[in-house]
Amino acid sequence: MREQPATERVRNYEEVPFGYSPEEAILEAERCLMCKKPKCIAGCPVEIDIPGFIQFIQDKDFKGGINLLKEKNILPAICGRVCPQEEQCEKVCILSVKNEPVAIGRLERFLADWEAEQGEAELPPKPKSTGKKIVIVGAGPAGITAAADLVRLGHKVDMFEALHEPGGVLVYGIPEFRLPKAIVFREINYLERLGVRIYKDHVIGMIKSIDELLEEYDAVFLGTGAGLPWFLNVPGENLNGIYSANEYLTRANLMKAYLFPKYKTPIIKGRRVVTVGGGNIAMDCARTALRLGAEKSIILYRRSRLEMPARDEEIHHAEEEGIIFKLLSTPAAFHGDERNWLKKVECIRMKLGEPDDSGRRRPVPIPDANYMMPIDVAVIAIGNSPNPLIPNTTPDIETGKWGNIVTDPETGKTSKPGVFAGGDVATGAATVILAMGAGKVAARNIHDYVMELD
Amino acid sequence: MVKVIDRSEIAPNVHECTVSAKDIAMKVRPGQFIIIIPDEYSERTPITVADWDAENGTITFIFLAIGSSTERLRELKPGDEIYSLTGPLGQAFEMEKFGRVALVGGCYGIGGIFPAARALKKLGNEVICYSEARSNFLLYWNEKLEEISDEVKYATTDASKGYKGHAHDQLKSDLENGIKYDRVIAVGCTFMMYRISQVTRPFQLKTIVSMNPIMIDGTGMCGACRIVVDGTTRFACVDGPHFDGHLVDWDLILARRKAYIEEEIVSQERHNYGEGKSN
Repeated sequence: MREQPATERVRNYEEVPFGYSPEEAILEAERCLMCKKPKCIAGCPVEIDIPGFIQFIQDKDFKGGINLLKEKNILPAICGRVCPQEEQCEKVCILSVKNEPVAIGRLERFLADWEAEQGEAELPPKPKSTGKKIVIVGAGPAGITAAADLVRLGHKVDMFEALHEPGGVLVYGIPEFRLPKAIVFREINYLERLGVRIYKDHVIGMIKSIDELLEEYDAVFLGTGAGLPWFLNVPGENLNGIYSANEYLTRANLMKAYLFPKYKTPIIKGRRVVTVGGGNIAMDCARTALRLGAEKSIILYRRSRLEMPARDEEIHHAEEEGIIFKLLSTPAAFHGDERNWLKKVECIRMKLGEPDDSGRRRPVPIPDANYMMPIDVAVIAIGNSPNPLIPNTTPDIETGKWGNIVTDPETGKTSKPGVFAGGDVATGAATVILAMGAGKVAARNIHDYVMELD
Repeated sequence: MVKVIDRSEIAPNVHECTVSAKDIAMKVRPGQFIIIIPDEYSERTPITVADWDAENGTITFIFLAIGSSTERLRELKPGDEIYSLTGPLGQAFEMEKFGRVALVGGCYGIGGIFPAARALKKLGNEVICYSEARSNFLLYWNEKLEEISDEVKYATTDASKGYKGHAHDQLKSDLENGIKYDRVIAVGCTFMMYRISQVTRPFQLKTIVSMNPIMIDGTGMCGACRIVVDGTTRFACVDGPHFDGHLVDWDLILARRKAYIEEEIVSQERHNYGEGKSN
């Protein structure tokens, strides 16, 4: 797919890949072999009829294609951009044995973008009202998916969002250059047109407890995400200039600090920025740093390139843009000046030992090999735990080892009757599409649950 | 949308604002805060709730116009809609019958101690408020505080009302003169709370301070507000904002509050010259 050249894009916030033209999309769609027993559908967490929508593209019926896609996936423009297709549908594509798999994600994005160009999206026929009321807590990917499925089944759906914009990680976390916010707002607007009411600025657990919600609603879905940042717990981590990935990205994306001072939330720009971690969020932070004007943006990761959890495409984009990868390195300490400003990071060199529980080779420190790097901003992108606000204010809901809400993955049920959960709050930090899949599973079971109520 | 009911300057640069927020008024407890974004371009600004009226569904807060976002807040008029207002956030003060309690308030904290004083009085405590400012004309809510406490002690550095000096000097002298307290609560600027904690430490007098670090979301998501208490990193937004003043790492909090001074100057200039106001 054509994209902005690396040298240009690091100086702007615009999206990197341009997307297919109709001709390119048809050409790509024609590569699909239309397998009799397609594996790609099973590879998709939300079970999209992939050969079905590709057939529509081959037939040049883009409207038919998008309608079929949207039966299963309310957020195609988003999933087409941020799903790890190479781990899912495209991984099992039969073409990938000898060749490149069909670019399913790009075709999905094409249909969604094509629809947006046609003006306001068409609404499905209005379902008959069931008279049931369901509340969704958290307007991120899990909640949006659950809300869309439930409202289309005829339930009244209200949604509470803690921040001043709905979208969850799609608006506070994923940068504009990877997922333009206009796309997220378009999808959320579609959800509202389906009849979902969104209440922003409502922190459930504070303004209303889960028990209070259960008095008003027949069922509750919790999709509150992984909103508690992990730190390294090394000396100097509270120096000025050290951010959690959540803070760095929230300032840059949600609060639009990249447009400072028009938008008033500041961000420390930094000439030498180090991001600690090897996931997609670390890539987002390192690439954001470049766009904010960093001369050097460095990724510090404790294992090797092979173990990096980020998508290949993200690592590839980061490399093209000139991000420096310091692998097998992790901070031992941060050093600052007398005014508490970050000046240097002290790194431990690592080597790989035996595989650990995750199956990846465990990093082992090499003694007496620490080295220093002068830096002025550090971003800690090593993961998040579920946000504790709801568990802390709902004593009778069962939580797991990491503060996650214990949830039956088959049904989305929690230990509390009438309360379902899904996405990062149940599983710990994962991907947008897995959260959407969990929202879908929960929606199905919430529907069964409320329909059995008197 | 939250509507402004009233906004007035009750002392030079000190503003009292009342807004309609029924759900918050029903839930809020002493010591909790809200986060306000006055318009699309402004920062998320945490502000302590100073009073509320559950029946009429209003909340009141005190703020100083000291940055470009609070400057914008100052321009709000009755009937205006606030872009975003979220709350209540944070933990409430621990409230029980302690005995005799001293509440120390300075700048916005004079309003900040008011609901705590009122609730402590209701619980049967003897409530003594210390209200401090540079001069008499900067004090506010005197009658309001006097009405709900056993005594209000004033401290002004120019001696225009009450004790000449700071509240921490006044409290120190009271403690040295044998006045006994079972608990001290301090709300106001970081330096004042630090000095109060220094004064009460030798008396081993439990002192709760209301930390006000830089925050963004206020729900525990970003960690901007992290402070160190008793050697452990805590998030002021969800673990606090109230902590034991004798266990807080004050040097760190004072340094972290200064992280964006340069950016604030840029923002202020832009505000003063009118850019970004209307577009």
